[in-house]
Amino acid sequence: MEHIELFFKSIFIDNMVFATFLGMCSYLAVSKKVSTAVGLGAAVIFVLAITVPLNWMLDQYILQPGALKWLGAEYASYDLSFLSFIMFIATIATMVQLVEIIVEKFSPSLYNSLGIFLPLIAVNCAILGGSLFMQSREIATLGLATTYGVGSGIGWFLAILAIAAIREKIRYSSVPAPLRGLGITFIITGLMAIGFMSFGGMLTGGDEEEKSDTNELSVMPVDESNELTIQATALEDKLTQVNQ
Amino acid sequence: MGLLSKKDSKLISDPLLDNNPITIQVLGICSALAITAELQASIVMSISVLFVLGVGNVVISLMRNIIPSKIRIIVQLVVVAALVIIVDQVLKAYAYELSKTLSVFVGLIITNCIIMGRFEAFALGNGPWRSFLDGIGNAAGYGFILILVGFFRELLGSGTLLGYAVLGDPIEKTGLYAIGYENNGFMLLSPMALIVVGLIIWVQRSRNKALIED
Repeated sequence: MEHIELFFKSIFIDNMVFATFLGMCSYLAVSKKVSTAVGLGAAVIFVLAITVPLNWMLDQYILQPGALKWLGAEYASYDLSFLSFIMFIATIATMVQLVEIIVEKFSPSLYNSLGIFLPLIAVNCAILGGSLFMQSREIATLGLATTYGVGSGIGWFLAILAIAAIREKIRYSSVPAPLRGLGITFIITGLMAIGFMSFGGMLTGGDEEEKSDTNELSVMPVDESNELTIQATALEDKLTQVNQ
Repeated sequence: MGLLSKKDSKLISDPLLDNNPITIQVLGICSALAITAELQASIVMSISVLFVLGVGNVVISLMRNIIPSKIRIIVQLVVVAALVIIVDQVLKAYAYELSKTLSVFVGLIITNCIIMGRFEAFALGNGPWRSFLDGIGNAAGYGFILILVGFFRELLGSGTLLGYAVLGDPIEKTGLYAIGYENNGFMLLSPMALIVVGLIIWVQRSRNKALIED
């Protein structure tokens, strides 16, 4: 349930493009035709699904304050979180390179459709943004991190697909000359983003009490050493509430 | 302009308007939009990018002859990431509240396309001094749009500038509010940033017909 919730949340409510404006550069540059947009979108899903869980592990076992505990008690006080930018981007750049080599070797047809987009992706803000949001929202488990990666990838795919389709059609409309191209694309994206805001109540149904509840479950605080105890105490609280 | 030759000063003035990174080159939009609800955040973001792009361009330009072209993207990313870590740590130390507002967007300067774009297009082929000017110019063009958007969004959305109430007090109905003016809360929502940038592009291209796309 938690997974499904996070999945839909990352596709619609926290949509990469419409809610946080990540990956706008390639979103605007590669959305002139639907076919290329599909290629780039698929590549983004693919890379996000790999790098977010990978960076989650990196964050959890190396970078976080106290994450080096598994090396021995004397390392428990280390806080390497200031290195996270450089570690994340290095992971992303190497993974993209690796994926490119593997895909080229084993699936030339996929490489032909995805290949040219892969180098573009290393510097796509959506990819780094996925990892940074994963870190700042304190996603609790590896499974959730994967779900988050795939979900945000699909959200980005959806966005670029929609804008590419609109741009193909809008060529036949009479847009004021200075607005043509970039200007109208910006405004359409803005309107689409306003539309996407209506998904905001999707998971909560507008019910405030439930909202605080879902936040607690989907984004559990990890600053304590053991998340399980937090979950357990939350359950206990609920039980006592029910008992009363 | 005793210090700068005509060609050099063009490097700074060009990106401000006719070759603006955001509205013409379409670079660096991601971070430009999300943090412009307040003028202060826009200004800090502009300064951060100015620092990273100015210094980064010089560093890349100094190393341009020893970077193997196959791994240049990784080298560039490492240089930017190191500079961004400096910015992030400085912000955390001296402007903690603000660094919370900017949250991940400081980190996203790394993948800001302006930076990689200028490294690729300019610093790899030019000397350090010209690269420095190019970096400053492009960052200034980026900052110009950012501050413009931030200015309008904060003024129209919350009636303040840098946190000071310039239009009067909405609760006590002083200043403009006395004659029935209301804040447009819509401007604070993030989609409005896109629409404001769209309108800026519209104004700019109406003034300079050469920029119109077909």
